[in-house]
Order: sequence, then C-alpha cells, then structure tokens
Amino acid sequence: MATMRVLSLILSVLSSVTLLWTQSGECNNGRRSGEAVDTDFSGFSVPLEHSFEVDDVPRFSLRGVLQFRGGREHGVYLAQNQLSEKDRNTLKDVAAVDGLYRIRVPRVSLQADRQTERQAEGYLTTFVRACSLVESHLSDVITLHTDVSGCVVGVSIVTIPGSCRGIEVEDEVDLEVFNTTISVVAPVTAPVPETAPYIERMEQEMEKKGKNPQEQKSFFAKYWYLILGGAVFLMATSSAQTPPGGAREQS
Amino acid sequence: MAWLVVRLAISMSLLYAASAVFEDQVGKFDWRQQFIGKVRFALFDTHSQASKKLLVATEQNVFASLNSRTGDLFWRHVDKTGPEGHIDALLMYGQDAVVVVGNGRLLRSWETTVGGLKWETVLDTGSFQAAALVGVQDLVKYAAVLKKSAISLHDLSSGSEIWVENLPDSDSVQYQTIYSGGNGLVFVLGVVPNSHIVIVEYKIEDGEIMNKKSVEAAWMSSLESSCAVVSSGILLCVDQITQSLYTLPLQSAEQTEMRQIHLQTLDLEVVSGFRPVLTSTQPNPAQPPLSEFFLQLSPDHHILLQFKDGLIAPLRDFNPSYLAAFATSGERTVAAVMSPKNDTACSINLFSADTGRRHLDTTIIYHMDPNGGKPNRLYVHAFLKKDDSVGYRVMVQTEDLTLTFLQQPGRVVWMREEALADVVTMEMVDLPFTGTQAELEGEFGKKAAIQDGLLPMVLKRLSSQFILLQAWLAHLWKLFYDARKPRSSVKNEVTIDILSRDEFNLQKMMLMVTASGKLFGIDSKSGTILWKQYLENIQPNSVFKLIVQRTTAHFPHPPQCTLLIKNKDTGLGSLYVFNPIFGKKSQISVPALPRPVLQTLLLPVIDQDYAKVLLLIDDQYKVTAFPSTKNVLQQLQDTASSIFFYLVDSSQGKLSGFRLRKDLSTELIWEVVIPTEVQKIVAVKGKRANEHVHSQGRVMGDRSVLYKYLNPNLLAVITESTDAHPERSFVGIILIDGVTGRIVHEAVQRKARGPVHFVHSENWVVYVYWNSKFRRNEFSVLELFEGAELYNTTVFSSLDRPHPPQVLQQSYIFPAPINTLEATLTEKGITSRHLLVGLPSGNILSLPKLFLDPRRPEVVSEQSREENLIPYAPEMPIREEWFINYNQTVSRIRGIYTAPSGLESTCLVVAYGLDIYQSRVFPSKQFDVLKDDYDYILISSVLFGLFFATMISKRLAEVKLLNRAWR
Repeated sequence: MATMRVLSLILSVLSSVTLLWTQSGECNNGRRSGEAVDTDFSGFSVPLEHSFEVDDVPRFSLRGVLQFRGGREHGVYLAQNQLSEKDRNTLKDVAAVDGLYRIRVPRVSLQADRQTERQAEGYLTTFVRACSLVESHLSDVITLHTDVSGCVVGVSIVTIPGSCRGIEVEDEVDLEVFNTTISVVAPVTAPVPETAPYIERMEQEMEKKGKNPQEQKSFFAKYWYLILGGAVFLMATSSAQTPPGGAREQS
Repeated sequence: MAWLVVRLAISMSLLYAASAVFEDQVGKFDWRQQFIGKVRFALFDTHSQASKKLLVATEQNVFASLNSRTGDLFWRHVDKTGPEGHIDALLMYGQDAVVVVGNGRLLRSWETTVGGLKWETVLDTGSFQAAALVGVQDLVKYAAVLKKSAISLHDLSSGSEIWVENLPDSDSVQYQTIYSGGNGLVFVLGVVPNSHIVIVEYKIEDGEIMNKKSVEAAWMSSLESSCAVVSSGILLCVDQITQSLYTLPLQSAEQTEMRQIHLQTLDLEVVSGFRPVLTSTQPNPAQPPLSEFFLQLSPDHHILLQFKDGLIAPLRDFNPSYLAAFATSGERTVAAVMSPKNDTACSINLFSADTGRRHLDTTIIYHMDPNGGKPNRLYVHAFLKKDDSVGYRVMVQTEDLTLTFLQQPGRVVWMREEALADVVTMEMVDLPFTGTQAELEGEFGKKAAIQDGLLPMVLKRLSSQFILLQAWLAHLWKLFYDARKPRSSVKNEVTIDILSRDEFNLQKMMLMVTASGKLFGIDSKSGTILWKQYLENIQPNSVFKLIVQRTTAHFPHPPQCTLLIKNKDTGLGSLYVFNPIFGKKSQISVPALPRPVLQTLLLPVIDQDYAKVLLLIDDQYKVTAFPSTKNVLQQLQDTASSIFFYLVDSSQGKLSGFRLRKDLSTELIWEVVIPTEVQKIVAVKGKRANEHVHSQGRVMGDRSVLYKYLNPNLLAVITESTDAHPERSFVGIILIDGVTGRIVHEAVQRKARGPVHFVHSENWVVYVYWNSKFRRNEFSVLELFEGAELYNTTVFSSLDRPHPPQVLQQSYIFPAPINTLEATLTEKGITSRHLLVGLPSGNILSLPKLFLDPRRPEVVSEQSREENLIPYAPEMPIREEWFINYNQTVSRIRGIYTAPSGLESTCLVVAYGLDIYQSRVFPSKQFDVLKDDYDYILISSVLFGLFFATMISKRLAEVKLLNRAWR
C-alpha cells in the first residue's frame, strides 16, 4: 500500500477547499462537500474531523480533507489546516487534564462506482490521549482499515512517540502543523496450507536419494556404529534395571 | 545378539515416543459420566419377571436401556441432533422395541437385551402423526404408522411393508390417532377442527377401506389431547367448555353422533383454564383397552372412571393427586397415584384398576428435594410377587430432570441427574482449607493481631500448634488404618464436610450450570455431586454467565459466585449469588436490573470484603456495580478513567468502545462498523483473565530474542461472509485493541466458511474453518510479535504502543471435523501449551502448540534446528496416543474447560456434552512429580548402604592410620 505523506501546507487550492468546507456549515455531513470537491472523476474526498474539549463532550470540527484516488491501489492524501491559536490553547488545556483527542471519518466505500453508494450512515471514531499528541508535536499516524469490499470499517490514530511524560512544549513552533502519516490498509489474504511446494520438496529429496549411491546402503551398513554404541550403552544401563511400562507420562 | 539389540533400541525409541495413558493409569485421575437427557418415553420390560431393563427415549435423541436395579446404562444409542434424529414414538413388544425416528423418516426395530439393530425401514415422506402396534388373534404382528396423508402397515419380524394406503381427504382432515383392538381392523381417526370427526376403517390383511364415516363434533379442535379409546372400541372425548364427556362406538353403523354425558351428572367439574386429560390403558395391543380410565380435572385432581354398558361410573376420586399412571403385570392392571403427604413428601399408592380398591401395604413415600423441582412424570413397573399379590416400583421424573427410582417403602434405589446432559457453562473453584488450616489463617489475620496482646497471641499459637499436631496424628492413624484394609473398600465417598484442598490443589469444585436452570457442585476428583440447586422460573431460552467474584483464598469470607441469568429475547437479567462450595444462596442484597444487560465486566478492583467488583452495563450504557458499597464506588471514581469496555452489536456489525466516567455513566470513545451486507460478526473473544505468560519472548537460532506482542486488551473478532457461494465466501479475522479500537490486524481467509472455532491466548490466535474449495477442515495460526525490541519493557499500555506488531500466519490441513477447541492452562505458564480438540467421534485430541507455529520453516536450516522448529508439513497429524480420553468418548462434545492446578505441569480438563469427562493433562510431561513407580526402596537402601559404607570405611581408615602411626 503506497502511503503518501502530505504535509499540511497552506496551498491556495487547499485553502479554497477548506473555505468551502467551512461555508457548508458546522455540522458537516461530508456528502455535500464531497460533491463539491469531487471534480476528478476517479477520486473523491471526505472530511476528517477532530474534537478536543476540556469538558470531554465531543464537538467535532474539521481538521482536514481526505482525498482518495480511485482505482485498485487506494492512494490517499490528507490536506489539513493549521491549528489556530485558540485550538492550540484548548489542546494544551485538554492535555493538562488528560483529556482525549478524538477524530472521526464518515463511513465510506472506496470502491463503489457512484457517489451515492459510497457513503453509509454514521461515523467511525477513535481517540488518542491529547497529552501524547501534544508531546509528540502533532506527529501522528492515521490508518484507515477497509474490508474486502473496500468499505472503511475502522480508523486508528497513534502518535509517535505515544507516551505522556509531561514534557513542556513550545506551542508556537510545535503545535501549528500536523505531521501526519496516513494510509489505507486492506485486509491481507491469509495463507492456505501450502501443499504444492511441500510435495515438490519431497520429490526433490526423493530424487536426491535416488541419485546418491551412498544412500542406497542397507540400514546396518549405514548405522552399524550407532547400533553398536547404543548396544554398549544399553548393556551398561539396562543391567541395572529397565523401568517397567508404568511410567506416568502423558502428553 | 545384534537382533536383540535392534529390538531393544526400537522398543526404547517407542517408549519415548509414546505419550498416552498407560493401562494401569486408566481411571486413576479421570472419570466419565454418561447421560441420556430429558426422558420422553420410558417403558419397563414386563416380558419376564426377572427383567431389569428399562427402555428410555429422550428429547436429546438418545435411545437407551437402563438397569433398573442400579440406574446404569446397559447400552445407549445417540442419534443425530435436531429434528433428523428426533424419536417420535417408542413401542415395545416382547424382546424388541420399535422406534420411529426423524419425524417419521425411519422405522427401526431394536433387540433390547444387547441393543442391536434388527431391521430398519425408510418410510415414505410425510409428517409423522401416530404409531401403534397391531395385533391379530392375540398375536402382535404388525406396526402401523400414521402420516399426514398415508397409513402404512409393517411386519414386525422383518420390517417389510405390508401395505400403504393414502388417506381420504387428507388435505382437509387432520388424521391424528390410530387404534386397533385386535379384531382385524385398524381405525384411523381424524378431525376437521370445530366441525366433525372422520373415522376410517382399514382391513389389516390388504389395507382395504371397510368403512368411512364422519361424526358431528363442532366443539372439537384436537383429538390427541382430549380423546382416548376405552373398552371395546369406544371413543371417549372430553371438552372443558361444555363440561361434558362424549362417547362414540367406533364400529357401530347406526350411531351417527356422539353421545354427550354432562360431567355435572357425575358431580365433577373441570377447573377453568385447565385442559382435562384422559388416560386409558391397552395392556395388550391385540386386545381392546380396559374400560377403566383416568380423567384429570385440575393439576392436582384425578378421578378413576369406568365405562360400562354405555354408562360412566366413578370408581375412585383422587383429590388431591399430582400424578397417576396405569401398569400391567400379567393379567392384572393396577393404577398408581401420587398424592401430596406433607410439604416435603408425597405418597404413592397402588389401586386395582377394575375396582379402584387400594392395595394394602403398597405405600411408597417420595421425599421431594427442597432444592429440586416438582415431580412431573410417573412411570410404574408392576410385577407379581410370589404370593400372587402385585408389587411395584416407580420412576419419578421431576421438573429439574432428576430421575428417581423408588421401591417400597420409599427407598431410593438410584437417582440420575439428567440435567447434566445439557451443561451450558462451568467454572472450577479451589476448595477451602481444612478447619485446622483455617484456624492458622485466622490466627494471623490482621484483625486478631490488633485486638489481642502478646501473651494471648502466644497461647493462641501454642493451642493452634497443638491442634495441628492432633490433626497430623489423626491423619497418620487413618493412613495406618486404611493400609490394612483391602484397596477397594478404602474408596470412601466424598462428603461436603471433609472437603479440603489437597497438597497440589488437584481436587477442585466443579460448578456446572445446566440449560434447565439447575446448578451443580461436583467434586472433580470423583465426580460426586456434592450439592445441587434448581432455580425455578428459568425461561428455556435463557443464557447464563457464571462469574467467580471471590475465591476461597480470603478466609474467613466465604467464596462467592454470581450467576447472571439473561432472557435471550428481552435481554432482561437477574443475578443469583451463591457460595460455590456449599451451594447456599448468599444473603447479599442483589441490585435490581430493570433494563436489559448488554455486557458484564469483572474488574480486578476488590471491595473491603475481597469480592471483585462486577460491572453490568445496560442498554442505556448506564453502569451498575455489584457490590456497590461506598468503598467500591470510591475506588471506581478514582480509577474510572482507566476502565474501558466494549460492546458488540452483531446485527448492525458495530463494535464500540466506552470509557467509564466518575458518575458511573459512560462515554463512547471508539467505533468500528463492519458492513453487514458483506460479512457478519459471529464471535468475539478476548483472552482469559487468569492466564499467565511466563516468557516475554522467544529465543531465536541466532541467540537474539523475538518479543511477543502481549496485549491483554486484544480482541479477536471472527466474521463470516453473507455470500455463501463456495468461491466467494470467506472468513474474516480482525484483531482489535479493546481499549483504543485500533485494528491491529485484519486478515481474510478466502474460499472458507464456518463454523469457526478459535482460541485466543498469549500472543496467538488459532482458528479452524471449512475450506469450501478443497472441502476440508483447516487450522490457521496467527502469532503476533513486537520484534527484536520491546517498546516498553516494564508495562503494557494500549494507549502507548504506537508500532503495529509483526504478524505471522500459517495454515494446515486438519484431517477431521471438530466440535470444539480449547487450550491448556497452567498456573505459571511455563509448561508448553497444547490445544485440546474435541472431535465429533467423542475423542479429545491433545495437539501440541509446537505443530501450530507460523515460524515452522519450509527448508530446514541450522538456526531453525537450533530453535527446535518442526519443518513445515501441510497436514496436521492425528496420533491415536494423543487422545487423552482413550476409549472414554464424550458424546456430542460441546465444550472443554481447562483450569490450572497447583502443580505447574498439570492442567485439569473437563469436557462436557451429552457426557462429562474429567481428566488431567501434562503438556510437558510430569517434570515436577516423581513417577508412580518411583523406586523408593532402592533409593533409600542405596542411601543407607552408602551411609553405612562410609561409617565402616571411616572406622577402617582410622584403624589403618593408627596402625601406620605405630609403625
């Protein structure tokens, strides 16, 4: 899966996109805006929203736009805004009370052909501790997991590093721009019993045995020294006592 | 000589390869109990006086013969589960039993002494209605089977079909019963509800319809429950609305409507809302039934009536009476009636059927179990005594599926707990210490130390030491005493009073919850039922969850278990709290659960009485804590932010995570939605809470360490595709972190379908599925590793583990279908793990986890050899010696429960299904126990010999030194 790292730079194009987003209302259902952005036929986009509140009641606002490229390989780009002064302070406050930083994406299908089929009701949400996001200087890894049919079933976010150690962070420099790695992960196909290579290997071994004349020797000719050694050993030990078959062993 | 050596070498190598139970170990630490289930039909063999056979057919599709003297099984046939193996009818004549199976699919005849199949006939399709034996001239020769639209007659000696005839107007008439009085005719009775009865007469020889008539009966809805044939072919029906009995001679041509006899004229009345039941008896199928019959007017009122010359006369009124049944021995038919005696006992009396007179000295007192259910079936075995009087024994079945066999004057001959044929869930609890051990514990309890001063403590100590000494001496005396007795008589029965933990904690209390709502406490060593408790008013579709809240480790607080009983439809639940050792209901007040319970969570948080806190989450995501003392609530408030739980809604494919808030409400923190159009969630499993992992990583061939990904919050979610096409179907496995909702791994097994069995433990998941392409069962193993370095070596936190684990997976062919899967469990997790596979054949296979290792190499290298990895082979072996239950097969195995013992090498195993099997397994052999045949005498004689040799040689050396000094 090709992961594309997109730093959120304030490009003019993107700002116009975000302008559209903000215009389309606070409660963004994604569908309308998706249509507005979806100029490219093969790709489409959905909003990525986040929420961090001191009172821990989620109020989601737009963080960026996920742009999917159509086709077999699910390429995804994330275009995201800078954190505002107010947001930065809120985030630090939330981190101070060990609150949560939540993100959500609408449920979408990456493979449906028509726009209307792409979206289903509801959102997929996840969270990370706000303090770890602050301490990692907004560097996070977002992964979208899809099922076999290409529907996004889950989203996960981790920060690197993920720990909260209580390190002071200078907000001006470190808390402005998200440093995000985003990827789409489809389920891997689990392996099946590999019979063909095994049989091949067996055949090869058989052939090897057949070619090597040394292997053709009889059992005694090959292992006479082992048997002799074993016999000596056994005679040494068995003369003492051979244990009867009542040993209490079981696997 | 050389041959001898070779043979020796071979036998030695075999000795090491063999790992099964030795013959002399059979039954030493394992036991099996066989069950039959809820009895549907029970017939006593009255063929000969000395016969001990009791034939039973049960709801569990089991047909068996019991020894009526001991209650043991003579033989047992377990048919298919579900309607395919359902036993519709059981008829018996002479030495043979005729059984109709699978809604009239098969007709079988069994030889009852050894349980061999005599013949089997496949019947025509059509739903089964009734079956009866048909006799001609005092000889029973045929069996008639009535289907919805046809009747067939079969020869009893060969099973061959004599004739089969279609029933007239079978689409409008419901034919329900069959009757033959031995006069060369078979009557088929049908009803058109609330309209009329149809009676068709067939000639036995060729199936010709002799006569067909219909009789007005506007009040009748069903023949089966309200009608019976008495006397010489008189159809007798009862109706509670008109409060009347109706009679009709089956054979008379002139009478075209039923004669009504008001119950009032007999001074009788049916209790409103109760459906009256008629019971008649036909001792010999070749002769007409008796003219006496029972009429049940209310749940505890029976009356014996007689039909004579078109008149009905009461013979005897039994009020109150719970149950009544007829029995015949030779020419004499008797009626046994069970009446209440007092609150705890019932008396059963015998009456002669033709007069209603009571037989003298025939009372059997039946004591009802206060922890059991009410009796609901009575089976009577009558026999003629030497003085020609009638003697009898009875078998009583109660609501809680206990079969009790009694004889006069009330001696319980045997008892079977058939509820155990359907165990739903179980737990194992450690036994408590003995009184003396408990005494010591109490002495050093904190409270005692604070209260008493120094001197009382010393005295207490001395006294407890004295008690210990006394107990030890008593123990020695007992050992000495027992040693003199023959070995068989030493096996004394276990009682609840002498129960105590043994040295290695190998004996435990098995708590079993059965589908009928009966709880059992069973001693794991012997299989003795130590206590039982029937919970009344359990809905048949309830689900149970058994939680051990407090173990026996917290003396003097008694251990405590909680059973959550949940109605599957409404989701409403209730809690039953009890002491697992004695089975007594606890006095603790239980929280009311007004809303459906979605999830339960046992926290490691304990209250001041050392009970673990149980959280119950209802459908509004509100949390109820139990116990909910101030202390607990305080602790919950402190730790609320670190308490997470998950919910699964498989109908919407939604998995969601919640976090507890300080006010015991919850907040949604993550959500994963798996579209139900593509796949559905079939199972979600976490890891077992009592599991220990000893080693953090695996040492590789190059001496580096591969660390395991040991996430205690990991959930394994198994999905199945909705598309059942063999090419497109798949099984999905998703590993989700239960705290953060992060999908750790997602894999799809293509061309596969369920049923999926899986085990989730340590850092691995093993699952079994059906490969629909190759049509075989396959095992797949997933192992998760963190890599060569641990992210955080001290503690695992789901919130701080950013790097995804490495996932390795491998699959294997398993050459057998499987019923259930479980992994062994030991106390410290040092012992290697085995998988216990329950096979449909009833065997339990102990499969080393070594064979299920995704790192098994394709090509053997030096490093893989160093690591002891077995080279990859696509097929998993099944070796006979891996069957832990040798020939003690467990029928219809449904679950395996494993529990650690005090010995690290030993894991206790209980397999349950129709049978229960308990054993011990030693996955890494018994490395911490001396063998049974360890030669104590040799080792001690060698020791003593060496000791004396040193003494003597020392003395000799001294003498030699002295002599040398003198020189």
